[in-house]
Amino acid sequence: MEAAIIPLHPLEEQRFLVIIDQGNSLPLYTTTVQAGFPSPATDYSAEPIDLNTYASNHPASTFLVKVEGDSMVGAHIMPGDLAIVNRDIRATSGMVVLAFVDGGYTIKRLEVRKDAAYLVSENPKYPALRIDSPEGGLIWGVVVGIHRKF
Amino acid sequence: MTSLFALVDCNNFYASCERLFNPDLIGKPIVVLSNNDGCVIARSNEAKALGIKMGAPLFEIKDLLARDGVHVFSSNYELYGDMSRRVVLTLSEYSPNVEVYSIDESFLDLGNFLHVDIQAHARAIWERVPIATGIPVAVGVAATKTLAKLANRLAKKSRKANGVLVLTDPVHVEAALKATEIGDVWGVGRQYARKLALYGVRTAYDLTRQTDSFVKRHMTIVGLRTVKELRGEPCIDLEMVPPSKQNICTSRSFGQPLIDLSDIEEALATHAVRCATKLRKQGSCASALTVFLETSRFAAPGQVYFSSRTVQLESPSASELVIMPQALGALRAIFRSGFRYKRTGIIVTGICPAGQVQQSLFEPDNRKRDSGLMDSLDTLRKRFGHSVVKYGVQGTAGKWEMQSGKLSPCYTTRLDDLIKAR
Repeated sequence: MEAAIIPLHPLEEQRFLVIIDQGNSLPLYTTTVQAGFPSPATDYSAEPIDLNTYASNHPASTFLVKVEGDSMVGAHIMPGDLAIVNRDIRATSGMVVLAFVDGGYTIKRLEVRKDAAYLVSENPKYPALRIDSPEGGLIWGVVVGIHRKF
Repeated sequence: MTSLFALVDCNNFYASCERLFNPDLIGKPIVVLSNNDGCVIARSNEAKALGIKMGAPLFEIKDLLARDGVHVFSSNYELYGDMSRRVVLTLSEYSPNVEVYSIDESFLDLGNFLHVDIQAHARAIWERVPIATGIPVAVGVAATKTLAKLANRLAKKSRKANGVLVLTDPVHVEAALKATEIGDVWGVGRQYARKLALYGVRTAYDLTRQTDSFVKRHMTIVGLRTVKELRGEPCIDLEMVPPSKQNICTSRSFGQPLIDLSDIEEALATHAVRCATKLRKQGSCASALTVFLETSRFAAPGQVYFSSRTVQLESPSASELVIMPQALGALRAIFRSGFRYKRTGIIVTGICPAGQVQQSLFEPDNRKRDSGLMDSLDTLRKRFGHSVVKYGVQGTAGKWEMQSGKLSPCYTTRLDDLIKAR
């Protein structure tokens, strides 16, 4: 007695037709058969819109940061927002950055002037921070967007 | 066809991850502790300079750590895993073929990179990864994986190399081999190093000068492969798909010594569920399982106990509903009251692909029911975390759970743990 196993649908879950060679074949169960009209959209399928890639095209270097203060309300960055921060961008004057100063993180606009770099808030309540030495602070990444839930 | 591999290794990876989110720790000594805060498993350069040894038990060096102001962290694998993923993602821009060798090391296939200045390419990786991910790396490039590993080690040590070493010039290769002791070669243990020293074979260069028959006699065929690789003949290919594991072990030391069976059952049930999940993840079933239970090996004489029991399953399975009850049965059989237990665990063996399981004649076939249920559990746990669906026996007391008193937040994987900025 010889038995052969023929894979019927190798791409999906494997289902087998087992044929036991006794002159007659005995299908245990076989693949499902499609009935009806195939969907006309099959050839036009596309991935749904992915907010992650919309927010940043550098997933490896993108980090989320929770905004706590009101120092950037002028730039529409509100307490409770999630700031989207990319490390893979060189910060230049005028960009909104995530900086680490005096043992804490802060989001400010970077302004590079002749005498020093300044971290400028967008709220008249807070003065600009002057940074004139490498020990004064570091720029962790560039804020490329915010996410807010209503 | 020219073969060329780069090994990219993250510098002091765990310490670098902690430091990235704590810039105050730049220039300060950091150590990361093993599961359960037992011993040191990672050190920043500053901690190495203080003479803190790899594997040093916490209780032995507690005073020294406090005196020198060393920052101590429990291991946060959730954070390290995500940072590792980011590093690999960045590396994949530099080669079409990347083998993730460990959490902090990847091999890149740079073979057939014609018209590419390899030195500049390697330097670009070295510059870019820390900018993009915040993790500093070292890059070693050579014709074989073993030589790339050796180049990487020298790239870290040599001030002149400054993190990047391309070993393609035969003169440089010879100098590098002479500068490397046998024990530091990938795949050669300290034991072989001691044995070969008796024959005057001390450096990697000495080893490449031995005959094949000498190497085979003393280091088996596996050793010969290493030696051929050192001579520049590629024998170890990139492993793009990790091979299926032939046995899977899940075990943890308890956070505190346990006396009661029910507390230990909670731990083992949780390990069994994890183990079955790992089996399903690689599409396998196990034919047998071994449960072990032990006290501390350092307990007083008469207080030391170790026992294990192996159970053959009726038919291979990856179902929690089969593996967990069998494991608990084995545990009850080896449990003796009156000991202070330190660890339990489960090892599954006889692993075969899930599609090739031979059904038992004398057992009701619950496989269809189980596999549907397991699929649902896997989906739920993937979405909501591993503890979202538990069995009653896993309990909620969690007396066995690890101590991780100095765990940093999961800055990149949990919304509640994000960096906060003013």
